[in-house]
Amino acid sequence: MELKNAVAGTLESGDIMIQIGPGEGLQVELQSSVEAQFGRQIKELIKETLTGLGIDNAYVKATDKGALDCTIRARVTAAAVRSTGVDVWK
Amino acid sequence: MRNSKVVSLEEAIRRSGLKDGMTISFHHHFRGGDKVVNMVVDKLAGMGFKDLKLAASSLSDVHSPLIEHIKNGVITGISTSGLRGQLASEISHGLMSEPVVFRSHGGRGSAIANGDLHIDVAFLGASSCDCLGNASGCPRSENAKSICGSLGYALPDAKHADHVVVLTDDLVDYPNVPKSISACDVESVVVVESVGDSSKISSGAIRDSKNPRDILLAQQAAKVIINSGYFVDGFSIQTGTGGASLAAVKYIRESMIEKGIKASFALGGITAHMVKLHEEGLIGRLIDVQSFDKVAAESIASDQLHQEVSAVEYASADNPGSAVHALDIVILSALEVDVDFNVNVLVGSDGVIRGAIGGHPDTAEDSALSIIVCPLLRGRIPCVVPKVTTLITPGAGVDVVVTEYGIAVNPRRPEIAARLKEAGLKVVDIHDLAAKATSVIGVPDPLPFGDKVVGIVMDRHGKVLDKIYNIK
Repeated sequence: MELKNAVAGTLESGDIMIQIGPGEGLQVELQSSVEAQFGRQIKELIKETLTGLGIDNAYVKATDKGALDCTIRARVTAAAVRSTGVDVWK
Repeated sequence: MRNSKVVSLEEAIRRSGLKDGMTISFHHHFRGGDKVVNMVVDKLAGMGFKDLKLAASSLSDVHSPLIEHIKNGVITGISTSGLRGQLASEISHGLMSEPVVFRSHGGRGSAIANGDLHIDVAFLGASSCDCLGNASGCPRSENAKSICGSLGYALPDAKHADHVVVLTDDLVDYPNVPKSISACDVESVVVVESVGDSSKISSGAIRDSKNPRDILLAQQAAKVIINSGYFVDGFSIQTGTGGASLAAVKYIRESMIEKGIKASFALGGITAHMVKLHEEGLIGRLIDVQSFDKVAAESIASDQLHQEVSAVEYASADNPGSAVHALDIVILSALEVDVDFNVNVLVGSDGVIRGAIGGHPDTAEDSALSIIVCPLLRGRIPCVVPKVTTLITPGAGVDVVVTEYGIAVNPRRPEIAARLKEAGLKVVDIHDLAAKATSVIGVPDPLPFGDKVVGIVMDRHGKVLDKIYNIK
């Protein structure tokens, strides 16, 4: 799948901003206010969500302000849809 | 010779006999607006002092210049109730070789009174002072530049320090009455441009919440109080500085009016909320160790029934005369509560020091009913946890925990649980709250603590309660 640069989410507390673009394999760069406790889980969730959408090659920059898993999944999905042009919600 | 006590800061330091290795002390009544700590330590550094121990009643964001003084060896030891901001972060990452000693406000008062914490020279800011050293946190002339109200945390220092220097930004005619600090305890008076920015007193921990979750928590806390069995005519109350505990006062007030119940006194850090209830006749007396905003500071200046108390009179564990022993209800906040009802208010869930002990353990232990109000989650950070990061208030003194997912009552207080259930409140097991948090956020990875002790938490009886390790 071809990826364009796309963004979803905000830098508000409780949210996560996902910037996605072309890459080789799934690379996730994460900055998080809860990095020490949840960084590992957040990266895994981002990769898992992308894989679930059929994306195996992407570079993701994630800036997290303590988002819950449901929020992370929603922001990653929205960024992926904007990036690929494929509407997964139909 | 009347003005012989009034000297420059440098001369006051010289007269004090201060030497390297000695302990200097400060109060934090100007909170985020304090100017005395930085001013005095800058001067001491300039005069070449080294290896000083700084005993503050608390420190905040504004004291980040201390970082340089620590690096340069001017300050080598700190004792305080709390640390915030950059200074706290640097210390958490291992800035100092000697651990910071943390005490509650009552614990500090006791430690000063019984000699555990010996102060060589106290530097105490005051909003008015006369030429002999009678000092007050209240303004007394049209030239007044500041106001901080109660000087409660400075009073043990004034009484027990070997040498006392009062710094003031308004030197007034003798006698400055009523006084908080007596001229008999003061060796030098230093006139400075400003001791503190009063407009910044109500910064830091205190906020007036419009957050709907805080309001829900406040309503629940008020219902707990009203149905606890302690909400009777003549009760006494203290509230912490969290948004929800301040908002709870509003709902308690409505119920007091409705039921015709009046409080005998409100204790502790006094806020505008409490002053309002007092002026409405709902609270008989205000016992004020710290005026938390300008309204409270102005009230203590003009109202006979709004009484200043020292940290010892407020919350000392070993003095049976301290006011906490007469306290019925306290509402407090928390960073973390664990399944044994232990509370942490000092170290963040990221392992970085970010708060203050305050009177938390003092009031929780001695009050008849202590209520902790906190959300289950703050973002992804859980507030009800299997084990607190740092132990500040032992669970034996904590009776009720109010969250938006239910109210947990310490099994030591079954009679309270029964009353709350009877009133239709949602009483839950605290283990279920911790499990609920985990179900939403997952299990956090352990924090990357190192093996260097950066902080020691003393309990209010003078024993080591917990240690804080450096965070990587």
